[in-house]
Amino acid sequence: MAISITALANPTRFLGLVDKAVPWLAGLTALTLLGGLALMVQSPPDYQQGETVRIMYIHVPAAWLSMFTYALMTASALGTLVWRHPLADVSAKAAAPIGAAFTFLALVTGSLWGKPMWGTWWVWDARLTSVLVLFIMYLGLIALWRTIEDPTRAARPAAVLILVGSVNLPIIKFSVDWWNTLHQPASVFRMDGPTIDGSMLTPLLVMAIGFTLMMVTLHLLAMRNEVLRRRVRALGLITAGGAR
Amino acid sequence: MLTDLLGPHAGFIVASYAITIAVVAGLIAWVVVDHGAQKRRLADLEARGVRRRSAARPVDRESAA
Repeated sequence: MAISITALANPTRFLGLVDKAVPWLAGLTALTLLGGLALMVQSPPDYQQGETVRIMYIHVPAAWLSMFTYALMTASALGTLVWRHPLADVSAKAAAPIGAAFTFLALVTGSLWGKPMWGTWWVWDARLTSVLVLFIMYLGLIALWRTIEDPTRAARPAAVLILVGSVNLPIIKFSVDWWNTLHQPASVFRMDGPTIDGSMLTPLLVMAIGFTLMMVTLHLLAMRNEVLRRRVRALGLITAGGAR
Repeated sequence: MLTDLLGPHAGFIVASYAITIAVVAGLIAWVVVDHGAQKRRLADLEARGVRRRSAARPVDRESAA
């Protein structure tokens, strides 16, 4: 494992790996999402929510990925600060817009699910508010990277800010247990097992795997772009230095 | 007709899926367009003779030989 991480420290080798892996990952993503959608169409309506439960199959994976992506950025921030891995900051920077997009989807689809089921688009309960804070964290980090032009100078403050923001992850996860929220408690990852019927749990898990594969594929592609952007910047600096 | 299929809240369900498709399409477009832009900039710089040190090494060896 240590050897493979060391090998990946070479951006050129990493780009070669991305070129090989992405077609397979993209194909697997498409197949998994198509399978998940087919299972979703066949799944029964909920006895209370009726057909509106179908929003769950995109809302829940988007919400999971909003947190998974930030957890990935936290691991990358540790890679930047502790191991100074050359691709760790690239990974964190490339993941931020993807995480922001999934958090936006979780908030919007949650709102579209909440209006017919709760009778309101939004409440300032602990779960919804902590996810909104996560979205603002993503936007703040994107703004930080855009403000500091030199990516090597931006890496450390961004990594520190990511680690500070990671405190929000357990707050999001346990907000429904710690506080009285309109949002329902966990129904899949529970100590006593999922409370969702298998006919709905299976399509939900397949959609979640499909969304995760999509996130990994997009993340690798965004990392490839970031490596190229840094090469362009380095060459631009050489040109500017030669022109002086 | 849509309400026959998806119930009284069909609009909320359709809007959720439509927004998800739009955001995912936006993410895909972002990585594809950005890749094209970076490749073009890199090719432009290399066409002007600007090379990375690591990329220039094999050429240097050839010219030295």
